[in-house]
Parts: sequence; structure tokens; C-alpha cells
Amino acid sequence: MDKAATTQVSELSNLDKGLINLLQKGLPVCERPFAEIAKTLSGMGIDTSEQEVIDHLQALRMSKILTRFGPMFDAACLGGAFTLAALAVPEEDFEKVTEQVNSFEQIAHNYRRDHTFNMWFVIGTESQAEIDQVIDAIEEKTQLTVLNTPKLEEFYVGLYLPV
Amino acid sequence: MSVSTYQSNELTPLERQYILTTQKGLPIVERPYDVIAEKLNISVEEVLNLTKDLQQRGIIRRIAAVPNHYKIGYKFNGMTVWDVDDDCIQEFGRRVGKLPFVSHCYERPRHLPHWNYNLFAMVHGKNQQEIQIYRSQIKELLNDVLVQRNNDSSQHMSLKSNDMLTSTQILKKTGLRLKQ
Repeated sequence: MDKAATTQVSELSNLDKGLINLLQKGLPVCERPFAEIAKTLSGMGIDTSEQEVIDHLQALRMSKILTRFGPMFDAACLGGAFTLAALAVPEEDFEKVTEQVNSFEQIAHNYRRDHTFNMWFVIGTESQAEIDQVIDAIEEKTQLTVLNTPKLEEFYVGLYLPV
Repeated sequence: MSVSTYQSNELTPLERQYILTTQKGLPIVERPYDVIAEKLNISVEEVLNLTKDLQQRGIIRRIAAVPNHYKIGYKFNGMTVWDVDDDCIQEFGRRVGKLPFVSHCYERPRHLPHWNYNLFAMVHGKNQQEIQIYRSQIKELLNDVLVQRNNDSSQHMSLKSNDMLTSTQILKKTGLRLKQ
């Protein structure tokens, strides 16, 4: 079942919306950051307090409206190797190949996309050599050729989805 | 180039500990850095300085929240892909990356004859129409630098100058973590 079709869009208060927008941009680095956030929100006409910010933020995390909160590390700085890769999977084999590809623990994300190359996944490993090993293993398991598109240059990374 | 900058970013044992302690998230309490200080057995000032330093070196991109796209209404994402003249990709890659609705923008290798796109830009929207509009705005920017390939009909090759691959299903999603 398509996950996108089954997930309900959440009803959000003005405070929640303000928090989601502000916190996507970033949290100040100081001893009491949520007091700063409360001040900023109050300045935007959303009257609130440090405690209320903490309570609402905890609730947003609990309900998984926010999937992560904290430092976003540059994955490549953590010493690993990464690539984006794709397969052109025959429609009748799609389910089987999904299982085969997902069975590798080095596959972090995998998306179905509407194209001849209809399966796109991120491989994350400790080393470049391991990337090549995983690609070889996927090719052997699926009997398909992997399209390997590692990043050559990063021009921008920064997700901001205003609500 | 990204690869060379990372080499100057060797992590100290304390920095590794910091990452292991915070990569699952920052505690949502009045004084979150005090919690980290206690775990790392250093002062809160040291934690704050360490955080700022990691941020300045680009190891921490930002301290922020990541929403579940679907739960806040962004049900559509498009991976737009472009066949850009190699001489122009630096300048135009940066320009596409500056568009407010682009979340990721990378140069990636072509694999001719099957895959002729070298620039990838992700866009997100609340409906199909929204991401189509974003795609056409990128197209407007890139129009003069897209490669027009002569299609060889005898090989049944038809290479477009651009495309958008919309996601129709998440097949797997896990976080990338530093191992203990």
C-alpha cells in the first residue's frame, strides 16, 4: 500500500506551525534555546513561553510529525561512503527485487519512482570499497545492472517545507 | 570539492562521543546542553563551544527539526534531472540550488546511452501541480544550457534533455548513523 496515500495530514495549531517552520531553519546554540525560540515566536505574534514550546515540541516528536530533532550531521563527515543508485526493474519482478535490495543493511532509503529506472536507493557504507561490493552483490542477486550515480558536486542541501 | 574538505574534518575522540550522544536527537528540556555535558563529562560551556565549532566546520549542517513530509501535507516529491552542458554545470548547478523550493541539488555522472542526466534537483509539493510548476521554473533557468542530443532512431534511443521522476512509494527508509 502506498504510504503517501494512507498518512493523514495533521491538524496543526498556529504555535505548532510556527515551531515547525522556525525549527526547520535551526535552533540557536545557547544554554536555554527554547527560551530564545519562545521569544522569537512571541515577536512574530505567536504569544508563548519556554515551557509551552518544550511541551509542544515534545508532542510533535511523540506524534512523529517531527521525525528528527537535533544536530543534522553531514553524513560524509562521519567517515562513511554514500551513493545514489537505481535499477530498471521489470514490473512483474518489482516485489521480489524490492525484498532483495532492501535485505542489504547498507540500503538506507529506497523509493519507487515513475521511470524506466523505477527503483532508486541510497547505499551507505563504511568505505568506497564496500559500496562497490554492495553494488556487485545487488547485481548478482537481482540479475539487473545497477545505475550508480554518486554525487560529484554538491550545490545545495537544505530541506525547508513551510506549513 | 566536497571530498577534499572532509579530510580536514578528522574527528577527535570527544567529537565522536558528541556525535554518538546526539545523533538520535537533542533532549527536549529546558537546558538540553547540560544533559549532553553530563554524559560527556565536560562543562556546558565546552559543549556549546564544541557545537559551534562542529557547525562552523560543516560537520553539523544545522541544529534543526525534520518534519514528516506527508504529515504536514507534502505528499509529492519530484526528482528533477537535467542534461546540462558540462561547461555550465558549476554556475547553473549553484543557481538551481539557490531556488527556494529546491531541497537538494547535485551533479552526478551520466551513463550514456541509458542515462544522460548530470544535474539532480529535488522539489517537494502539496500536489502534483505544485511540483510541475517548480519543474518548469527550473527549466526556464536551464533552457539555454541543456544539451540537445541527436537521437539515433536506428538504435531506438530517445534522450530527452530533462525529466522528473516522482516518487510513488517509499520502499525503505532508515537513518544514516555513526556506528559505535
